[in-house]
Amino acid sequence: MENNSKHIVLKTENLSIGYCEKKGTTFIAKDLNINLEKGKLVCLLGKNGIGKSTLLRTLTKTQPKLGGEIWIENKKLYDIKPPTLAKKMSLVLTEKIPESQLTVFELIALGRQPYTNWLGKLSDNDYEKIEYAMELVQIKYLSFKKNYELSDGQLQKVMIARALAQDTDIIILDEPTAHLDLHHKIEVFKILQGLIQKTNKTILLSTHEVNLALQLADELWLMTPDKFVTGTTDTLIQSKDLENLFPANQISFNPELKQFILKK
Amino acid sequence: MIPQKTYTQAAILLGALLILVWFININLGSIHIPTKELIHILTNTPVERESWRYIVLNFRIPKSLTAILVGSGLGVSGLLMQTLFRNPLAGPFVLGISSGASLGVATLILGSSFLGAIFGIAIISSWSVTIASSLGSFLVLSIVLIAIKKIRNTMSILIIGLMFGSISAAIINVLSYFSSAELLQQFIFWSFGSLGNLSWQELSVFATILLGSIALLLTSIKPLNGLLLGENYAISMGINLKKTRYLVLIITSLMTGVITAFSGPIAFIGLAVPHLTKLIFDTSDHRILIPAVAFCGAILMLICDTIAQVPNSEYTLPINAITSLFGAPIVIWLLIRKQKTMA
Repeated sequence: MENNSKHIVLKTENLSIGYCEKKGTTFIAKDLNINLEKGKLVCLLGKNGIGKSTLLRTLTKTQPKLGGEIWIENKKLYDIKPPTLAKKMSLVLTEKIPESQLTVFELIALGRQPYTNWLGKLSDNDYEKIEYAMELVQIKYLSFKKNYELSDGQLQKVMIARALAQDTDIIILDEPTAHLDLHHKIEVFKILQGLIQKTNKTILLSTHEVNLALQLADELWLMTPDKFVTGTTDTLIQSKDLENLFPANQISFNPELKQFILKK
Repeated sequence: MIPQKTYTQAAILLGALLILVWFININLGSIHIPTKELIHILTNTPVERESWRYIVLNFRIPKSLTAILVGSGLGVSGLLMQTLFRNPLAGPFVLGISSGASLGVATLILGSSFLGAIFGIAIISSWSVTIASSLGSFLVLSIVLIAIKKIRNTMSILIIGLMFGSISAAIINVLSYFSSAELLQQFIFWSFGSLGNLSWQELSVFATILLGSIALLLTSIKPLNGLLLGENYAISMGINLKKTRYLVLIITSLMTGVITAFSGPIAFIGLAVPHLTKLIFDTSDHRILIPAVAFCGAILMLICDTIAQVPNSEYTLPINAITSLFGAPIVIWLLIRKQKTMA
């Protein structure tokens, strides 16, 4: 499959996203044509309120699309039945999980739900996948802990392990680095990078850690009020699209450093 | 490395406790029957007095079985609603199903002064109360189901249920205001709850509905476990949320309606038993919780009933009051103890 042609795992065709309300439809973006390539770490960047979450929610079927088409492999997203979709795409969300007595192991094991029988009984294969997921994220030592005993950083890693246990080609994460300190932000990014190297999964995430994303992502998706552009850090520097990401009066982009810096 | 607890011991312990509590429950009552004679009755050997056999077989055992069914039914309903609504305060009462049942019975009893001219007081038989109560809960259930169709947010459904509770209470108040003291007393006696009014025939209907419901609910174990992570995660793991919601709501409502119909409104059990069980078993896995809650509910209900009948006296206290009086302090104590161990 990995010949010269790129292996596209998810693509959109003239996709429109936004909200349907009583007063009418609010479009956030129209005619999006995006390709998500297998084995890439893709970061979705854009300022608050630009519609990153709306895009991710639409791509994951959490929110209805307003037009166009979303393809996963060669199937339309809306034709894929939920149990099948659960084997193709897993999520890490920003929302807090409800209070429960779940241990770390049990929480990650829930990721195996698409594969287990009606009672959710884990097979030997399921146990292997769970163990492997915990190994990759290095949280085996947390196994017996209750989920409410974890720090934000630990919990985020557990949620990533849960998505891994779901064993899907695509993992989509909505702001996985929010609420984390710099050390844990970098750690999460490094873990995700490592996952791609070890498992060839495709990872799409939205983040506000622009500078980290510029250094670590294979591909960037930029959302600005006028347009939606994709490319690598270098191509986006050349096209000067990165400079338009934030209003120019406070932050500026320094092409030599490949960093955003504060204006004094 | 794999954290797996076995619950065989706990299951045996709970089973033994249930049998013990059940035996104590049928041993004690307003008439003193020696334990030896009781065993004779249970093993179907000659007894000193035939009236004892009659009492045990036709009053005490049906009553104790009713207690077991009511306790497990309410407990399981409460557990499922707490998971579905992700709210520890949810229970069979919050959706207004019980209030609907009360409203049905209130309309029957209190409204009979208006309807009396047409039907006569005689209509207040045990079956008519059952039917009125079922109709009342079914009415509320239908409205809630229509609401669910229109509303995506599970929390709003909970609030709508609470509103129905308020509306029912208000209507009952108005009906009470216009009722005669005699009818009012009759209604209040019903609202005390009673486990002892079921004949074997009624009991078999009751048991079939409840056990069937619990069996159907077993199919919701996996989606409910998925829901522990919230609705969006559940959907992303391939769970059919709509189907689960309908299944759980319809069946728990049916159970609550039937229980209220046969035994009156019984507070506290549905709310508290799931909490007690979770504290004891320290798990959120519904594969363990559903049977554990059923056992704990049955045990607690039997204990409450034993207390309510005030052994060796003629009095029977309202079971509805005992469940709260006896049960609530246990929950408070357990919660405080848990806080201490965590700190």
